[in-house]
Formats: sequence, C-alpha cells, structure tokens
Amino acid sequence: MKNENKIQYIYGIADNALILGQRLSELCGHGPNLETDIAMTNMALDLLGQTRSYYQYVAQLSGDDKTEDDIAFLRSERQYKNVLLVEQPNRHFGYVITRQFFYDVFHLLLLQELQNSSDETLSAIAKKGIKEVSYHQRFSSDWIKRLGDGTEESHQKVQEAIDDLWRFTDELFHMTDDDDMALQDNIGVNTIALKERYVQMVKEVFDEATLTIPETKWFQKGGKQGVHSEHMGYLLSDLQYMQRAYPNMKW
Amino acid sequence: MTVQLEQHIDPKLIPILEGVHDPEIPVLSIMDMGVVRYAQMQENIAKIKITPTYSGCPAMDVIGDDIIDAFTKVNIKAEVSLVLSPAWTTDWITSRGRKALEVYGIAAPLSEEADKEALLGNKKIVKCTQCGSIHTKLVSQFGSTACKALFQCEDCLEPFDYFKCLK
Repeated sequence: MKNENKIQYIYGIADNALILGQRLSELCGHGPNLETDIAMTNMALDLLGQTRSYYQYVAQLSGDDKTEDDIAFLRSERQYKNVLLVEQPNRHFGYVITRQFFYDVFHLLLLQELQNSSDETLSAIAKKGIKEVSYHQRFSSDWIKRLGDGTEESHQKVQEAIDDLWRFTDELFHMTDDDDMALQDNIGVNTIALKERYVQMVKEVFDEATLTIPETKWFQKGGKQGVHSEHMGYLLSDLQYMQRAYPNMKW
Repeated sequence: MTVQLEQHIDPKLIPILEGVHDPEIPVLSIMDMGVVRYAQMQENIAKIKITPTYSGCPAMDVIGDDIIDAFTKVNIKAEVSLVLSPAWTTDWITSRGRKALEVYGIAAPLSEEADKEALLGNKKIVKCTQCGSIHTKLVSQFGSTACKALFQCEDCLEPFDYFKCLK
C-alpha cells in the first residue's frame, strides 16, 4: 500500500490513543480520590507514550521534516481520525470509567491482532502496548463491577452512562478504505471480526456488575472519516493552544 | 525504531553504562534495569540502544541524555536510539537490581502468577519493605510512576511502592 494510505491507517489507531490520553490528562488533579487520580493519569501517560511511538513512525514514513509534535499539535480537526467515543467529554466518574471500559476492551482485542502485523514497527508497538492496556482493562472492568454492583445511585449513574455511550461503540469496528487496504497487505486488523468477542467480553463484565447493554439499533459514527462531534473543537483548542500561540516552543 | 532480538553489549562499555541511573529510581543502574539492549563501538562512536519500561516512561529521554553525558566524560561520542521489540519485562531486572530496589524501599516484582493474586487483593504476599511483614494491602494498582503499584503495611502502617510484574 502507498505510504499515504499507511499513514492514514496509523492515524486511525494512534489518534484514539492521543485523544483519550488528552481526556484523561484533563482529570489530573481532579480525580475523585488520590488513587483514581493517579491511575487515570498513569493510563494517560501510557496512551500518550504509545501515541509517540506511532507518530514517530509516521514522521519517518512521511519522509519530510515533519516531527511527532507537528502531527500531534498542528493538524486540523478533519485530519484527526479518532472514533467519536474517545472525544466524549468527562462528566462524572462513572461516565469516565464507562468510556474507558468501552475503549479498553476494544483496544486490547485490536493490539492482540496488530502484534501479528507484517509491519515490524506496528507489531512492536502493539506487543509493548498489550502489556499496558491489559492493565487498563483490568482497572476499568473492576470499577464497572464496583459501581454497577455498588449502591443504588452508583448503579443508576453507570447504567445511564452506558445507555449514552453504547451508541458510539459500533464505530470501533467500522472499516475505512485505508483499513481495507492495510488488511489486504497483512499490515492491518480486520476489526469487523473483533465485534462478536467484544460484545461477549463487555457482557461478561456487565453480568457480574448487574448492568445491561441497551437495545439500541442506531449507532453514531463519523470520527474515523474526520467528521467529529462538537466536543472535538474544544478539545483541540486546549491541546493545540501552546503550539499555535508560540510556534515551535519547547519545554 | 527497530527490533533488537538479542542483548548485544560490548563488555568494555559496561562500566560506563553502569554509571547511568534511572532518574526516578536512582539506586538502579540502567544495566540493572535491563533496559540496555545493544552497546557496540562503530567507527569510534558508541551506538547504544535502549528499550522503554513503559511506552510513556518520561525517564527515557533523560536516560538517553545521561548516557551521552557519561560517554562524553570519557571522550567518546555516543548515539542513543530506542528499540521497542522485544518489549521490556521485569525479568530483565538483575538480582543485584532487585536487592537494590528492596533496600531503597520498593518491593521487587513477584512472579506473574503471584503478581496477579497480589494486585487483585486475593493473597497477602507482598512483603513490607520496612518491617518485612506480609500483612500488607493494595492501596492502588497504579503508583507514583507507571511501573509501580502502591501498598500499605497493616503492621507498621507504612505505605510503600511495589514494582509491578510486567511480562
């Protein structure tokens, strides 16, 4: 496949890590208690670390003088290929955990397949990421169970979050043209094939947590094509502010 | 960013590399951490490859700079690059490194199975680094850095870090 398509394929994975990492970073110092605050910023760090590996690779593939920072900070909204799920704003803790759980389960399944990629670098990034994401998934699953099977209020809040966020989960499995091309070249993952296992894994945790998957037939998508929800603009203005206001500034 | 399957280190370079420490766990040299995967002289340049413990570990940039400084002090030019595969595992921490961790107050990683039991709170097996008691409890699966979890001793009440097993 052409380099440009490969780059777009990598954005489809890497941008999820960047944007979810940014959402989790927003919680630094605002977690409900010290331990969850540290946990969420640790997960943000893992995700941003993975993002760097992907973007460094993209910079190398581009063959111009683009750097990982240009890719993270200087693209316009439509050029980000993350799913709508990860850009949804932080509301209460149960909402943040539900968003995290929905992404973690997918993320783990994705990396378990991506480690078999014929692309050496993508395979290496995936193998490294699996170790970290397994830990994330354990953390978010534990909290789903604790909140779902907790008090009446925690149960209700987390169920409401599920009812709101479930409509974004179908997009995770959507294949773009670049995804198809990457799959044909044995570089990419067939995400459609992950869906059954995904629903099963979510259901196992929900059963234990006394929660249910809503019976929605309608799902929202667009992020993978660069068509984002209104929240994305606000997120990017935060993320990009320093590089836009002070071009090329360094810490 | 490439793959470095086997650890390949020129013994003559080891003393210099042992002088570089993890900035977040200063008792541990990067050799004891097992993060150095390759170190060879090529045309008078020391080519060093290191692997991150965790993808987002902020110490890696500092370690890279410190390696270059350490070689500059002995008048050798060094180049540092990052490799991701095979991914780092806590098994690569040397036995000397494990002892240094314990003395410093960080419980060394258990085996994979035991680690799971400890982090799920099923068994009390992580020893307090202050008093040696095994009556300890998990406070948080995530600690002060990505590689650690937070524990507390129920006998002496001291909180302490546990270096998580990574396989």
